[in-house]
Amino acid sequence: MVMPENPRPDDNTIICRCEDITLGEIRALIAQGYTTIDEIKRVSRAGMGQCQGRTCRQLIAREIAQALGITVEQVELPQFRPPTRPIVLSTIVEGEGNE
Amino acid sequence: MSEYSADVVVIGGGVVGCAVAFELAQRGCTNVIVVERGTLACGSTGRCGAGVRQQFGTELNCVLARESVRIFEKMDEYLDYEPGVEFRQSGYLILAFSDKQWDQFKKNVALQRSLGIDVKMLTVDEALEIVPFLNTEGMVGATFCNTDGFANPFHTTFAYGQAAKRLGVRIMTHTTVTGIEVENDRIKAVVTDKGKIATDTVVNCAGAYSGDIAKMAGIDLPVWGERHQILVTEPVEPLMGPMVISFHHDFYFQQSVHGSFLGGIGLPEPKGYNIMSTVEFLERMAATLKQLLPPLTQLRVVRQWAGLYDRSPDAQPILGECPPVEKFYNANGFSGHGFMVAPIVGVLLAELITTGKTSIDISKLDMGRFARGELVFEPSVVG
Repeated sequence: MVMPENPRPDDNTIICRCEDITLGEIRALIAQGYTTIDEIKRVSRAGMGQCQGRTCRQLIAREIAQALGITVEQVELPQFRPPTRPIVLSTIVEGEGNE
Repeated sequence: MSEYSADVVVIGGGVVGCAVAFELAQRGCTNVIVVERGTLACGSTGRCGAGVRQQFGTELNCVLARESVRIFEKMDEYLDYEPGVEFRQSGYLILAFSDKQWDQFKKNVALQRSLGIDVKMLTVDEALEIVPFLNTEGMVGATFCNTDGFANPFHTTFAYGQAAKRLGVRIMTHTTVTGIEVENDRIKAVVTDKGKIATDTVVNCAGAYSGDIAKMAGIDLPVWGERHQILVTEPVEPLMGPMVISFHHDFYFQQSVHGSFLGGIGLPEPKGYNIMSTVEFLERMAATLKQLLPPLTQLRVVRQWAGLYDRSPDAQPILGECPPVEKFYNANGFSGHGFMVAPIVGVLLAELITTGKTSIDISKLDMGRFARGELVFEPSVVG
């Protein structure tokens, strides 16, 4: 079986599951000139949700790389921010001074 | 040889720089270049608490905020920005926890009301009607202004940036200013890592870095960076209408349009450019929430970050020219309130640059006030 060359995922594919943002929306933002992961995050919230961009960050980087004709490694990386996983605030109060 | 030339170079692509550039272009001054080291809204603007309040303690801060609210109210049409800037007027509830603070609030509210800002003084029970789960232990009263609110700092900056571009403004991102050439007190050029821009007019909108920019023109500007941290929770259904502030706890907390709660608390900070997040902040926030808004400690925090206040000695902005250097304009020193006053600051700076006059008298906010000893301290600052 021959796989189709360079399959182009459908524009309706959900890229950011936390904030419900599609590939089509990401591509439209890149076309408007938002060409860093941070800018796309700021304008669309992609990567601001519960998972903090664990899935969408790489997918968005790939789209930017394709659009700009650069490699994924050349795409500017955003800052990784704490906490690593969401924490219930009350557990922090209870945990105070117990480390 | 200069690679570029412009009638005005705006240094800084935050909300203030973009608003100044747009308002200049609106007035026919379209040969403007905005120089931004990173991307638009990547500094203090994009890191701010996003609140818009008019409840200040000095006349000029009140007036600047009041006029900005008027612009925010019609901003989507004014800037023809389809996604919208998400301005919502859900009010600010400011809590008093001592008689001394309550006396200061009475003075503030008298001033605010005299300037046409509709602020009410509330009893503890009246405050509870607005936020029923508030822990009022030790609380004396509160002030409330229902035209205060919240806007999206990213969309606001992008809206100004895009509107400015449509009018011919050039925005150079990923471009760092490395020098300013001045001869006989006249600006000749702004030097960047992407080339030299010939110009005779500079607007310094570099936020916490404004002091460094001024130094390049030989000006000693008393503005410094001071870290302030913020956290944001998971989004939930609408639970709390207004921004809740307590200057006593140095604390603010607000639910955004998106449903997430966002807030911060002041910690002792040295001058500097450090924007790392700390565990201490998270612990202080959690403990203060438990004290003031107990049910909200059931929320999950998803992210924390930090940004810089561009502090001035009296917590009021520095606006206008600074002699002896000609046509070097400042729009900085906002001390944590730059986002909320940016719309009118853009108008005033553009008026000043294009006509030499402003529709609101901002002569008291010049840099000369520090030499004259005419400081007017703003009492209502978090942090």
